[in-house]
Amino acid sequence: MRSYSNTYIFIFSSIMVIIVAALLSVAAITLQPYQKKNIEINKKQNILTSINIESTAKNAEALYEEYILESYTINYKGEINKTVDAFTVDMKKELAKQIEERNLPVFVSSLEETKQYIIPVYGKGLWGPIWGYVSLKDDLSTIFGANFSHKAETPGLGAEIDTKDFQLRFLGKEILDKQGQFVSISIVKGGTADPNSKYEVDGISGGTITSNGVDDMLKDCLSSYESYFKNIKQAMPEIDIEKNLNNDVN
Amino acid sequence: MNAEKEPLFSSKNLKLLTEPLNDSNPITVQVLGVCSALAVTVKLKPAFVMALSVMVVMAVSNVVISLLRKTVPPRIRIIVQLVVIAAMVILVDQVLKAFVFDISKQLSVFVGLIITNCIIMGRLEAFALSNKPWQSFLDGIGNAAGYGVILLIVAFFRELLGSGTIWGYKVIPESVYDFGYENNGLMILPPMALIVVGAIIWIQRAKNKKLVESN
Repeated sequence: MRSYSNTYIFIFSSIMVIIVAALLSVAAITLQPYQKKNIEINKKQNILTSINIESTAKNAEALYEEYILESYTINYKGEINKTVDAFTVDMKKELAKQIEERNLPVFVSSLEETKQYIIPVYGKGLWGPIWGYVSLKDDLSTIFGANFSHKAETPGLGAEIDTKDFQLRFLGKEILDKQGQFVSISIVKGGTADPNSKYEVDGISGGTITSNGVDDMLKDCLSSYESYFKNIKQAMPEIDIEKNLNNDVN
Repeated sequence: MNAEKEPLFSSKNLKLLTEPLNDSNPITVQVLGVCSALAVTVKLKPAFVMALSVMVVMAVSNVVISLLRKTVPPRIRIIVQLVVIAAMVILVDQVLKAFVFDISKQLSVFVGLIITNCIIMGRLEAFALSNKPWQSFLDGIGNAAGYGVILLIVAFFRELLGSGTIWGYKVIPESVYDFGYENNGLMILPPMALIVVGAIIWIQRAKNKKLVESN
């Protein structure tokens, strides 16, 4: 076997590293706009799925324009702030802040002549973050639709949260009890949910930690919107027909 | 080596492609890459995409290492191999994210896992470092195919028995469930993958006596 001098080894590795670094940077920079666009479209698709609208990468943007009436952020008192673009809000960063400083996004959509309120949720799965969108009917308690995504959950187990099968289990469930108190929805052990209960959903067998993650995520995120829900409910009778409810809420 | 005039698909070259499918299968005979075979075989679809990505990474890094084989100092060859594999994997990941976002979402962690797949490094070390690019390419494709075949077989049984679906479509009719049939929850957990792989190894050795070691 030929022997190589140290100088050769140093030069060889330096050149190799520089070439690889250059190649990867070029690839990263040239592909970035496509990736960003994909992520944006994917986000819109996720929001649309949460109101049960099927979309493809091609028509997602048009459908989003069509169904999503408006979006804004709210603070912990439930006051609406229109200066921040709700679409670009990073839930992870917001949830890391103190509750008083959070800017929580709300998307309002219009389907079947009623409004839906789409609330983004974000939490921890087993291997990485999980997130999603939950849409509520205009009684602000009944779930109209739900969509969950994950970064790295185990395929076939925790990763099942992003399937239709799991997401459909949430339809018609309620997050407020009969007295109007916030109770969220509990994800229970797979197959044990009481079919008559409006507050229980079957978890995924073998994906317990991810299921618990969804449970915690819903409790944490939806509870931050409690005062906002109350504000809307109080303002509800006056704004029955009016499309713009913000003035009343403020 | 006087492969200069050898036809592209000579019997010797074809052997590089077909041998890993059976006699020197990376999973069942060399028992390499078992970790990913356990992790990604719950459903057929991710297993297929994983097999495909491994094939791309393996073929390209085999060719690259084979082209560099006369310049790579032996003392740092492992590092060089790792750099090539890692660069390829990141590149594949970036391209998938930009152009086939859906598939990239499905693969998520597996793309990163390809770097740790011992089959790839094993082939670079054992074959590409001492063979010409074309042969190395075939060897890469062959071994990735051998790996992929086992992945698909395992995923087929695990998805069928564990979830009652194939490629995401329900194949076990509702009426069977009405009779009391249940999906086997154990099938979707990693231990059953090991048992399925074990069963494949058993069947293969029962048919192919020369694989049976004598101790």
